[in-house]
Amino acid sequence: MTTDLRTRRRHPNRPAWEEQPGVVAQTAKGTVLTAVVLAVLIPLWVVLLTSLSSRETINAAGGLVVVPRDLDFSAYRIIFSGGQITKALLVSTLVTVGGTALSLVLTVLAAYGLSRPGSLLHRGLLFYFLLTFLIYPGLVPQYLVVTGLGLKDSLWSLILPGALSVFNLVVVRAFFQNIPSELLDSARMDGAGEFRILWRIVLPLSKAVIAVVGLFYAVGYWNVWFNALLYIDDNEKFPIQRILQSYILAGQAPQNAGTVGSALPPTLAIKMAVVVVTVAPIALIYPFIQRHFTRGVIVGAIKG
Amino acid sequence: MSSDQASRPVVAPGAPAAETPPRVRRAPKKARRSPLRARLRRDWPLLVMVAPGALLLAVFHYLPVLGNVVAFQDYNPYLGDSPLGAMAASPFIGLENFRELFADPAFWDALWNTLSITAFQLVFFFPLPIALAIVLNSIMSSRLRGFVQTVVYLPHFFSWVLVVTFFVQMLGGAGLLSQELRDAGISPPEIMSNPDTFIVLVTAEAVWKDLGWGTIVFLAALAAVDPNLYEASAVDGAGPLRRLWHITLPGLRPVIVLLLILRLGDALSVGFEQFLLQRDAVGRQAAEVLDTFVYHQAIATGDYGFGAAAGLFKALVGLVLILAANKFAHALGERGVYSRS
Repeated sequence: MTTDLRTRRRHPNRPAWEEQPGVVAQTAKGTVLTAVVLAVLIPLWVVLLTSLSSRETINAAGGLVVVPRDLDFSAYRIIFSGGQITKALLVSTLVTVGGTALSLVLTVLAAYGLSRPGSLLHRGLLFYFLLTFLIYPGLVPQYLVVTGLGLKDSLWSLILPGALSVFNLVVVRAFFQNIPSELLDSARMDGAGEFRILWRIVLPLSKAVIAVVGLFYAVGYWNVWFNALLYIDDNEKFPIQRILQSYILAGQAPQNAGTVGSALPPTLAIKMAVVVVTVAPIALIYPFIQRHFTRGVIVGAIKG
Repeated sequence: MSSDQASRPVVAPGAPAAETPPRVRRAPKKARRSPLRARLRRDWPLLVMVAPGALLLAVFHYLPVLGNVVAFQDYNPYLGDSPLGAMAASPFIGLENFRELFADPAFWDALWNTLSITAFQLVFFFPLPIALAIVLNSIMSSRLRGFVQTVVYLPHFFSWVLVVTFFVQMLGGAGLLSQELRDAGISPPEIMSNPDTFIVLVTAEAVWKDLGWGTIVFLAALAAVDPNLYEASAVDGAGPLRRLWHITLPGLRPVIVLLLILRLGDALSVGFEQFLLQRDAVGRQAAEVLDTFVYHQAIATGDYGFGAAAGLFKALVGLVLILAANKFAHALGERGVYSRS
């Protein structure tokens, strides 16, 4: 990993006054970074490999598989064959897509509406939103309100209570305020209304921050577990994290775990396949949005 | 961008310059304000945009804040036909729930667990992202740095259910470590269900999840340090370690102070799902924190008034901690968590 630094005497990016680190320093740095990276990658690798292994390979390994031998997709065939796990994946997808769309609309509208100091009620409304950082209602009253509204066993209970994150709102608002006001003024001169300005000028300039905030929301919805524990009793409506917890951590077999063999005992490969499908959407989407982190969020967070 | 920013009024970067006078100095009220009707005509689209979000917060944030009255009630869910009806019909009992709470040794256990976990993480978790950020910042190859960053940020986006699952699979009784140790003829230690080392385990999990993510804000601060400072001190003969001590760390100071304050203000919240998920494996003695205490008293046991009292206690102490920490930050001359905007 450190060959890049070691083979060249002078790295092109290194400032002229900075000395080349010694062998000891470089080895220490390399070791630390390798250890940190491996600590993340090894569990992912082992889980993925075990989910793709046949029963024989798993038996031969005496459990989790570290060295690849054969590839076997039967675990995935079983979890996608229409049992409770398939349903949970559909529920999670629905909640994630619908919730993220709703959250983004709410956040962008409120952020733009609050982006102009001096507008009517601006101070009061901003205070009203920011006060949520200081005053937290508590679990019990929140539970009573959500169940009181009749959202028990409704997927809305997974979406509505956290649909607007004020932190994300502050980030988006700060980004909007960084857009040069001359641009908006000229549009206003040309007779564009606020909605048109938001849609035609502000949003196209804000793709980075929308992508990052959208990722935050989507991950939140995909990861929803505790609200499902509180509000969802009907196991037809369990999201995937609930399955992961009851099936993998607590060791309860899911009901009709696939049409192929409902009597099939939960094998390690199937368990690990559930872990993989829970990780996969995050691991696949996030690298594309990660490069916007600094531009989209740090700018906003520091300003806000 | 920077040149036209200087010419605009600082306070109102998004304001329509034609209609609103600059707000740098406060003009007398009558002269500054355009009539309400004109402002309404100009700003109603903005109000319409804010309305859905404001309404959502009213229902799911501020209505529950009011719902804290159950902490002062002998709340009985069967009195009304809905929780809100039951709230109206339940009798007030004053501070009885709080008296009961402070007499409950389980509550003090939970408070003690919470505070000791906060203190432990402050010592053993807090400095790690700073160290990793400094190491990352010193990598010259931007491709290598990008790769490491991509990998170490990733676990932040995993749910606690996933993180605990990974730990069980790697370190648990049937996990990879035990498997390898047994093959080597060593009897594996009990890691996932040992109450004595639980505090180390939860800290390790938190480090695994958020070490990388924690570096982002420090990396941003490091990028803002003026390279001329390094050059000048190098010319003056300062070695790498002196530069680290006299330039890098002072450059990070505002961020470090800010995050420390945030953490202290949050001392009673150590994370909820992480502890709920592992409470049964480890036992109540070590794994019950304030949040899980509230959950079990209220939702699992059905004693809503008592649970709400515990939650309200936690919220009030938390509020005091945040306000105090922020006062403290201002006294130190830092910006603090919030400042007048």
